[in-house]
Amino acid sequence: MVGFDFTEDQIQRYSRHILLAEVGVDGQAKLLNASVLVIGAGGLGSAALLYLAAAGVGHIGVADRDSVELSNLQRQILYSTRDVGRRKAPAARRVLRSLNPDCRVDAYPGRLSAAKLGTVMRGYDAVLDCSDNFPTRFLVSDCAYFERKPLVTAAVARFEGQLMAVLPGDGNPCYRCFVPEPPPSAMASCQQAGVLGAVPGVLGTLQAVETIKLILGKGETMGQRLLLYDALHGSFRTVARRRNPHCPLCGSEPTITKVIEYEDECRPDGQCCADGESCS
Amino acid sequence: MTKIANERRELARARCVDLTGYVCPMTFVRFKLEIDKLGPGDRLEVILKRGEQIQNVPRSIKAEGHQIESVKDENGAFRVVVRKGKQ
Repeated sequence: MVGFDFTEDQIQRYSRHILLAEVGVDGQAKLLNASVLVIGAGGLGSAALLYLAAAGVGHIGVADRDSVELSNLQRQILYSTRDVGRRKAPAARRVLRSLNPDCRVDAYPGRLSAAKLGTVMRGYDAVLDCSDNFPTRFLVSDCAYFERKPLVTAAVARFEGQLMAVLPGDGNPCYRCFVPEPPPSAMASCQQAGVLGAVPGVLGTLQAVETIKLILGKGETMGQRLLLYDALHGSFRTVARRRNPHCPLCGSEPTITKVIEYEDECRPDGQCCADGESCS
Repeated sequence: MTKIANERRELARARCVDLTGYVCPMTFVRFKLEIDKLGPGDRLEVILKRGEQIQNVPRSIKAEGHQIESVKDENGAFRVVVRKGKQ
């Protein structure tokens, strides 16, 4: 991309990227021209969004329908104590715009139905799933599959986290090749309520890294691997992921031909459980 | 016209960038911004200071796949002719 005109401020701001042979002038121009939609502006989303904005991703979408609660601040580093009670998406937008005015940030504070999410996704190059519940996770991954958008998805619980990329194209496993259906509700958010605050920071940061790699077209993707992080053991490992020929979504005889909306049984941080168990 | 005369004319047209006013790592950032404007095989003349600049910058230039064609000492500053690599 010969002749991309950086301003003096941009030369300073992105100098440490420009120095890298794998990024350089072209790569930074790619980042400034890229658009990324982040679903969930909580613990994962906070870290991912801050690094994407800092990196100069030119257009960022932030979708989250919750408001900031005091219990969020132990890990959701986008927000300050004075944000408690405010909607997350516009609060995140303010922080990101103030971090980097090069970024156009669109906030989606409302509920995104399957149809609406598909329409929104079409306007972005890549999607990050930073949600904390299975209904959203499946909605986002199915939608990304049908819209043929690369998806970088991560999840955390307690001291552990996992990450993978789900990339369009034959040969790449989809999210449902790995988890065909949402697990029973007892296994979902409620039991995952405890989390060491820095762990979603690690995984959200890795989501930003993998997304930036996809935008740049550099390095090895996580498209056929799963990354596992164990904070207590201080270890990372990757395991191979393969396509499931019987996958209900991308298999040879798919049973899912449109996006399914599962019921949202457990509200994040809502301390409520579908089966009445204590979430504390 | 001889090959040498051609090369001289080419060099006379080559872009020149004075990096003596910058400190590491902005020196190399400025170099990258300039070389990026050129095509493979084009030449860029770079002025570097004695000391850290002349010690480090040519090494980084080579590491990015460009060629150093000549280095001329001009009373404390160095005139370095770089030919842009393929990448």
